[in-house]
Amino acid sequence: MSAMFSPETLVWLAVAIPLAAALLIPVFHREPNVRETVTLTAAVLLFLTVVSLLAPLLGGARPEVAGIRIATGLSLSLKVEPLGMLFALIASGLWIVNSIYSIGYMRGNDEPRQTGYYICFAVAIASTMGIAFAKNLFTLFLFYEALTISTYPLVTHKRTPEAFRSGRIYLGLLLGTSMLLFLPAIIATWAIAGTLDFTPGGILAGKTGTGVTAVLLALYAFGIGKAALMPLHFWLPAAMVAPTPVSALLHAVAVVKAGVFAILKIVVMIFGIDNLASLGQSTWLTIVAGTTVLAASLVALRQDNLKKRLAYSTVSQLSYVILGVAILAPISAVGAAMHIAAHAVSKITLFFAAGSIYTAAHKSEISELDGIGRRMPWTMGAFTIGALSMIGIPPTAGFLGKWFMLTGAMQTANWIALGVIVVSTVLNAAYFLPIVFRAFFREPPMTSRPHGEAPLPIVIALTATAAGTILLFFCSGIALQLSNLMIAR
Amino acid sequence: MNSIWPQLPALQIVIPLLGAVLVAFLRRGSLAFLVTLAVSWLMPFISAALLWQTMTTGPISYHLGGWPPPIGIEYRIDVLGGFVLLLVSGVSAFMIPFARQSVEREIHPSKHAWFYCMYLLCFTGLLGITVTGDAFNAFVFLEISSLATYTMIALGHDRRALLAAFQYLIIGTIGATFYVIGVGFLYLITGTLNLADLATRLIPAAVENPPAVYAALAFITVGISLKLALFPLHTWLPNAYAYAPSFVTVFLSATATKVAIYLLVRYFFSVFGVAIDFRALPVTEIMIALSLAAMFIASIVAVYETNVKRMLAYSSVAQIGYITLGIGLANQAGLTGGLTHLFNHAIMKAALFLAIGAVVYRIGSCKLDDLSGIGRKMPFTMIAFAIAGFGLIGTPGTAGFISKWYLALGALDHGWWFLVALIVVSSMIAVVYVGRVLEVVWFRPTGPNLKDAKDPPFLMMMPIIAFAVATVYFGFDTRLTAGISETVAKTLIGGMR
Repeated sequence: MSAMFSPETLVWLAVAIPLAAALLIPVFHREPNVRETVTLTAAVLLFLTVVSLLAPLLGGARPEVAGIRIATGLSLSLKVEPLGMLFALIASGLWIVNSIYSIGYMRGNDEPRQTGYYICFAVAIASTMGIAFAKNLFTLFLFYEALTISTYPLVTHKRTPEAFRSGRIYLGLLLGTSMLLFLPAIIATWAIAGTLDFTPGGILAGKTGTGVTAVLLALYAFGIGKAALMPLHFWLPAAMVAPTPVSALLHAVAVVKAGVFAILKIVVMIFGIDNLASLGQSTWLTIVAGTTVLAASLVALRQDNLKKRLAYSTVSQLSYVILGVAILAPISAVGAAMHIAAHAVSKITLFFAAGSIYTAAHKSEISELDGIGRRMPWTMGAFTIGALSMIGIPPTAGFLGKWFMLTGAMQTANWIALGVIVVSTVLNAAYFLPIVFRAFFREPPMTSRPHGEAPLPIVIALTATAAGTILLFFCSGIALQLSNLMIAR
Repeated sequence: MNSIWPQLPALQIVIPLLGAVLVAFLRRGSLAFLVTLAVSWLMPFISAALLWQTMTTGPISYHLGGWPPPIGIEYRIDVLGGFVLLLVSGVSAFMIPFARQSVEREIHPSKHAWFYCMYLLCFTGLLGITVTGDAFNAFVFLEISSLATYTMIALGHDRRALLAAFQYLIIGTIGATFYVIGVGFLYLITGTLNLADLATRLIPAAVENPPAVYAALAFITVGISLKLALFPLHTWLPNAYAYAPSFVTVFLSATATKVAIYLLVRYFFSVFGVAIDFRALPVTEIMIALSLAAMFIASIVAVYETNVKRMLAYSSVAQIGYITLGIGLANQAGLTGGLTHLFNHAIMKAALFLAIGAVVYRIGSCKLDDLSGIGRKMPFTMIAFAIAGFGLIGTPGTAGFISKWYLALGALDHGWWFLVALIVVSSMIAVVYVGRVLEVVWFRPTGPNLKDAKDPPFLMMMPIIAFAVATVYFGFDTRLTAGISETVAKTLIGGMR
């Protein structure tokens, strides 16, 4: 595609393609096969678009779309930089697998309102691309809100009272934090720095004292509710009421990733790592993130519902990224970026597996999974790979991020972070390995009705992501290169 | 063409006035509508021409009857006046196609022609307040528009409309009386009624006789505040909006209160602001305090309303609070935000009230419980409602965000961080009351009362879509809204002592 279009065109195409799909999907309301073809075509086109931006980016170009100047200090513009590229690659790549999986899941479970589902999904992806390529804080904020709103109908897809209760928590918490904390932080940033553009090295260096910096950092860290930092994490387990592919979207493809991505980008390109390190204002963030990692792991340990356990695991893993940011060593920021990628592929595998079990065996509790690995070897095999990656055992992707973060913690002698990472690894093992053990080594109960593997699209999708989890370990070159470019001036 | 050009300020008033008379003689509802339509569609061109003229060659002064000011009545239009003229006539032109079928459904056929007559008189009055440069002439136009408004509200289908109209009549008359008493004070002190002349003559008068000037300021402020429904002088508004015919509600919410706000801005910044040290008085503090009260109390009341029209009415009181907050901030960015919101709120509220008007047209009710699942029956109407609702909240990408951004910047220029916090917190209350409606109309199962509901006919649908599109459009292209407001604010703030 790079032959056909200039990089600048490709940038806005990345937002336009999923949006066009959202407009086209309702046209084929009555023909599900054509409708799903639209989604898949758009997903593949989007991925190709993002991939063709890679070469110019690595060649040193930073293609941008000079957008619309809206008002004093506000302009809507897109610009490709390495970290956003990494996020866009993950999200657009996973949209393909998630679409394949969605088709199997939504049809396998005879879900109603499928057209609306695919429309909202496409809008959510468009918003994600906007977040990834945002040139300034305003653009990021705009797409951030669009992502919240477009995912609300997905979270409440079942339209039950319980779904609405969760939906209200979801919308209330995400919109609430973004408007009450995130927006004031943006206004303050503009008032202090006179610009909202993401700039390598940050825009606040030398302009804020320790007090203001600490307040701003807190406004951003908690205002970006999608990062699920405790105590603002509870929307994520509540949103588990949604269908599994939506959970995958929330946990792996877009929503929470957008949160930690935004925090990482803001720390690196608004505050500046060196600036924050010299002001020494991140100890509290290390402690909050560390507490979230450990507390969420402990809660996960006690959940019998598989999706709930995965949800708390996400809360815990997200704070790894924040922890990597808070260590404030360049190498740990690289680790944080790597962890965004690693967690995406691993967690999507785990959710796909959970949905696969639900579709084939109609089981959702861990205590019911005795011996299920014998009937669903592909599913549980993939689950095992995802679990190993969550724990951080090579050769899986999860190892890399942790390795860099540990290195960073060593360099800066941050013993709190070091301790948290080590202890949480043990906890991760404690809540994931029993599931694997149960599935493969316990006898299946006599009473259970016979069932086989899930529908083929589901198996294809989860095998692909499991393979990706391992592949990312061996071929981490691109991801690593992008992460390194991020911290380069 | 050359001979018409200088007469435009007068034509802006004369055409709708003659239209009103013509309609009164026609007596046939459909003909009356056609005349009203023709007048409404002609007016924006005149307004646009006037605005363009003020922006290129400066303020326009038109001497009525050839008598030069300050003896004769002067029509004086500056950029602010042109901006408000364009807002009033433009919004009316876009919403007027909605009127015919809505009026046919809600008002007795024998009264259709009178209704359009009243509408055009009200329209004349509002445009008149905006063009005139004469304090007493403004009072006359204020009364023309108010009397017509009382009649239009009383035409509401619900019998409570009569009570609402009577309530507004009493309060509106008190407001007008206060205003005219204030003008009387000014005339006593200075011997002139011309606003520009007043401003210069008040300068020595304010030194000689400060109590009289302050009394005039107080009377005029309270009088106009009653008309613009500044909290806590808003009590007439919810009932009037809830029980008036749907189209009247749309028209009033988008134009009438806006023109009253214009008049207040005129007195604050072009008359008193020039003559006395305005910032030394507690006026701005009082405005800010009352605006905040409106933003919070009215929004919270809106959350508990079960009638969607009343809910939107309380939301209007709250949103007027944002506009007056911008006035109270009395600095460049703040006033820009207030004036931008004047425009943006007119558009967003027009979309919301039009959508609810369409619902009333189809199912005859606007109670929240009757609307469950109506989104699936009236998808375009409710999508428009949702977009405008997001605008009201101030979601980025809509017009509402732009106003709030400038208001926040205005608060920051004073260093008032708490005010920034209060602005965003109050927006959260809007999330609750808008969200509550959206959840009912989109996510509840469709009620049995909605069997025959569907999107309204084409002529009613178009205005709804136009205003929803405008809500998004002005969230990105702000040259007309914030751009002009910025120019105006610079002139007004720069002219202050």
